[in-house]
Parts: sequence; C-alpha cells; structure tokens
Amino acid sequence: MIGIEHYIVVSAILFVLGVLGIFLNRKNVIVILMAIELILLAVNINLVAFSSFMGDLTGQIFAMLVLTVAAAEAAIGLAILVIYFRANDTIAVDDVNRMKG
Amino acid sequence: MIQTLAFYLFASLVIASAVMVIMARNPVHSVLWLILAFFNAAGLMVLVGAEFIAMLLVIVYVGAVAVLFLFVVMMLNIDFAEMRAGFINNVPLGLLIALILLVELIMGVGAWSAGGIALGTPDGSAAQGLGQSNIEAVGALLYGKYVFLFEVAGIILLVAMIGAIVLTHRQRPEGARGHQDIGKQIRRRPQDATVLKNPDVGEGVEL
Repeated sequence: MIGIEHYIVVSAILFVLGVLGIFLNRKNVIVILMAIELILLAVNINLVAFSSFMGDLTGQIFAMLVLTVAAAEAAIGLAILVIYFRANDTIAVDDVNRMKG
Repeated sequence: MIQTLAFYLFASLVIASAVMVIMARNPVHSVLWLILAFFNAAGLMVLVGAEFIAMLLVIVYVGAVAVLFLFVVMMLNIDFAEMRAGFINNVPLGLLIALILLVELIMGVGAWSAGGIALGTPDGSAAQGLGQSNIEAVGALLYGKYVFLFEVAGIILLVAMIGAIVLTHRQRPEGARGHQDIGKQIRRRPQDATVLKNPDVGEGVEL
C-alpha cells in the first residue's frame, strides 16, 4: 500500500532535481526558472499528500496559493527576461554584474 | 494493487521528466518535458483524492505557465549552444550540493518516521465531509474560512499582471506606427468625433 512516505520521497527527489537544475544551467535563466517551477511542484505534491493523508483540506488551499505565486513569479520573471534580452541581446545571467559597484 | 502500480508509473515518469527538464540541450524540449512532469504530478494528486488541485495544475501550469515559457523561448533569438558552454564544469559542485540536500531530506524523513516528532492532529474544521466531493469541500473552505487568503491571491495575480505589462510595454516614438498619445485620447470628445446627418429617403450621405 502506498503511504505518505512514498509521496515525501518523490517530492524530495523532485526538489533536489530542481536545485540541481539551477546549478547545472547557471547560464540559461529560462531553464533556471523551469527548475524553480519544479521545486514549487515538489512543494505542492508534499502539501497535497499531507493534506490527503491527514484528512485536512487546508494543505490543498495552500497548494493553490503556491500555484498562484508560481504563476505570478513566472510572468514577472519572463517579463524581466524579455526586457533584459531587448537591452543586451543575450540572456547569459552569469555576466550580469552591473550592480557590482 | 492498481493504485500501487499507478503510483509507481506516475512517480517514475515525473522524476524521469524532471531529469530531462534540467538535462535537455534545447530549452523547447525542456518545456515539453516540464509539461509531461506536470501531467504526471497531476496524476499523483488524483491518486490521493485531490482532484481539484490536479485539474488546476493541468489548467494553470500546462495551459498558462508552460505556454508562457514556450512563447518566450521561441520569441527570443538565443544561441543555446553557447549557453551550454561550461555545463560540465558545474556538474561536480551541483551534484555535491544536490547529494547533501538529498541526504539531509532523507535524514529528516527518517527522523520523522522514527517517531520522535509529533505531527499534531487536525481539529477537523477543514475535513472533507462524508459524501462530500473534493471540489465541494475545497470550495466551502476557500470561500469560507480562507476567503481573505483567496482575495490576497487575487491581488498577487493583479500585481503580477500589471507588473508584466509595465515592464514589457514599449513607448513608440512620436510619429512612428503604433505611437500612443494618451492625452490626445483622453481629450477626444463625442461632439468632435461624430456628426449627425439626416438624409432624405433614397439619397446617399456626403461626408
């Protein structure tokens, strides 16, 4: 029988893969944003699994709020990306050091 | 039995597609793998009886966020081969940190399942009633107990929408096609823009 531990393990692996994706694609900010989406997905799976196994729907409400924030974050992030690309003709983020001083 | 089988199918597919998201050479393929990951995560959520969140995941993530990513990836003319340079250099550090994080998470789960940490029991105020469908229970909770959180979520989305428009909106120079003079638009009055004519029957109208 599938217990809550199975879901926690899946979401832990997904979370770690998201963090790994940020490190592996340090130049490509689009893939970094996708990795952040993976991390948020892992959090959502965790929330929904706990909500279901504990018989309390609050976790699903919070998963919905995480979903909202993820959508807003993707919209703002991609908008910043588009204006950065317009100004610099590149999206390589490892040489964004204009505010270094 | 079929539930166990479905869980392992969805879980292995969601992890495999997450690996492909971060490993794919072409970001377009990354987005497509991300869509597959979201679909399988929705399957996992259906398995625990959270149908509404699962459908929301498909609609919001696949229908909106992934398509937004796809738009941006295809709209920007980027040399992705150049982006891959240095990929190998990042692998050791990335794997090290991922490994540390994974070990920490597994230790956390281990400590919890060893029984040292009490989870607390829900007070039952947010439980799904007998014979009540998931969407009914979620709706009652969302528009009842958590109505302020719901409105805050709406404001977050509004701010994100306005922010995205303000960031990407480009003011075109005077005289160029698509130039917008807001003052001129506001000054426009009906009596300047329209004229009332009363033509005879059978006659045309000279403008």
